[in-house]
Amino acid sequence: MTIASGTVREAAIAAPPPAPAATSPARPRKRRQLTRNRWGYAYVAPFFLVFAAFSLYPFMYTAWVSLHETSLSNINGGTWVGLENYRDLLQSEFFWNATRNTFTIGILATVPQLCMALGLAHLLNYKLRGRTFFRTVMLMPYATSIAAATLVFSQLFGRDYGLINTMLEAVGLQAIDWEAGTVSSQVAIAVIVTWRWTGYNALIYLAAMQSIPGELYEAAEIDGASKWKQFLHVTIPSLRPTILFTIVVSTIGAVQLFGEPLLFAGNGTTSGGASGQYQTLGLLMYQQGWSNFHIGQAATTAWAMFMIILVIVGVNAVIGRLRNRADR
Amino acid sequence: MATLAPPVPDAGRSPSPAAPPPRRRHRGGSKAGKPGPVTYTLLTLVALVSIFPLYWTLVAGSHTNAEIAATPPPFLPNASLFDNFQAALEQAPIGKAILNSVLVAGSITVGTVLFCTLAGFAFAKLQFRGKGLLLGLVIGTMMVPTQLAVIPLFMMIAELQWVNQLQAVILPTLVSAFGVFFMRQYLISALPNELLEAGRVDGASTFRIFWSIVVPVARPAMAVLAMLTFLTAWNEFFWPLIALTTANPTVQVALAGLGSGYVPQRSVIMAGTLLGTLPVLIVFTILGKQIVGGIMQGAVKG
Repeated sequence: MTIASGTVREAAIAAPPPAPAATSPARPRKRRQLTRNRWGYAYVAPFFLVFAAFSLYPFMYTAWVSLHETSLSNINGGTWVGLENYRDLLQSEFFWNATRNTFTIGILATVPQLCMALGLAHLLNYKLRGRTFFRTVMLMPYATSIAAATLVFSQLFGRDYGLINTMLEAVGLQAIDWEAGTVSSQVAIAVIVTWRWTGYNALIYLAAMQSIPGELYEAAEIDGASKWKQFLHVTIPSLRPTILFTIVVSTIGAVQLFGEPLLFAGNGTTSGGASGQYQTLGLLMYQQGWSNFHIGQAATTAWAMFMIILVIVGVNAVIGRLRNRADR
Repeated sequence: MATLAPPVPDAGRSPSPAAPPPRRRHRGGSKAGKPGPVTYTLLTLVALVSIFPLYWTLVAGSHTNAEIAATPPPFLPNASLFDNFQAALEQAPIGKAILNSVLVAGSITVGTVLFCTLAGFAFAKLQFRGKGLLLGLVIGTMMVPTQLAVIPLFMMIAELQWVNQLQAVILPTLVSAFGVFFMRQYLISALPNELLEAGRVDGASTFRIFWSIVVPVARPAMAVLAMLTFLTAWNEFFWPLIALTTANPTVQVALAGLGSGYVPQRSVIMAGTLLGTLPVLIVFTILGKQIVGGIMQGAVKG
């Protein structure tokens, strides 16, 4: 076990393929295995130290807080109230309003987004001139922060001098008070999300499309399948795992929606509009904790958000598995 | 979350039972069809929509308030840009915010890349008890919303008197579950076991093996992870908004404060937004191609 010459890299090239572990003598092998064992922990230790302190512990602690009546100014005390916060939450109209809004904005923001991303990926998959340019430009919204994007869009959607209303009036339509209406404000917020994420998802789809073997398309072509049929019957089925993945990721993001509704009115109000017409769960949680200082309630809302995510991911996993089975 | 793998096309379902041998080879699955003018028109349209809000930030930020309110609205940049910059800098400490964001995003990037490469390597190539469980834990937490962590985190930094201090936003974000998973996926296929065995046979310490064998192989993936992490850290909004105030903000916290408290001056807000976004846009213009490649590579590998 001692070939002591040359650098590690030289040895890597020169060394013969390692003997199968079974043939080496039992004692030294076992000792080496043990060393390796310990090193594995050493490598993951830095990650898990930070991870445990700033992620795992807080998750657990949030659960504990959600069972207490407590406030931000009283961080160590608090009275045990059991599931009362959860009962209150389920009876709170604010919670149901925020849940409804989170779902409607989530659907408005993800469904068109992913459909457009799929179409866009299809276009980007052609042998294009200026391919890099198109890809890079479409990713620029992703590089723009939520705060910046929302500030710009809230001006574009402005009631009095917003560019979008100016254009509506220019073609003879009525200006819309985007912020005041329920549907209009939710559509506007969904537009911001869609603008930021469509290009990113298109690139994910494009990457998956490029790993579909060309033979599949050739075979389809020989069969006389039109481009559209090829897209439907070759591209989409091959992309199914990727599509499912993007649905899960977008949904997790949609449930946590916070910055866009917070800044949409421009001034960072946590109520989500005059009648809470675009208050999401993320915003409600922030309002409970940092405007009203009821952190027990805020923790409960946070757990409710997690539950919703778990249910959605679970449903997606089941659908994915069922479809896979149906294909076999 | 088992759906991250690249799609495996099912050859059995290809609609041709007796296809003749292919006459030409397709490169990388790209379709043979030449794009028509419709394709270019659509793509140009999407490109315009992607860019327009950013361009409009420049237009609105370089006019006075009265000028943007005019009908028809202006579509070209104007001369008031620097006046508006100045006004924005008076309303929000954007200069300090940019410096803070560079510090925060820089530290987070260094920490994430280092720790995630270490852990990713262990998960990809080393054997140890409880490995599967730990990896499951890492992947599982990708589903946990940030909201679930912020309350205890806030209590923690309040206790440590870290409110409004940069370490409050750096430390909790110093590692990422995505990063570990990303590095693991890369190293599993990119790092041949023979190379590690050879290093071991050669008597190199595990630490030496990491620096001399693993890091050189992992470098491309580390670069991608660094770019994505920096971008994410720069744009991080929720936790910095809680942990910091406008007295010592990151760019995003400063931007959030820009529109509140004052009589909103649209052109000043837009000038401030432009200032805060410019650094990322510059980096993006330089590294855009690599970032695009990284995301696509991550999509297939991850």
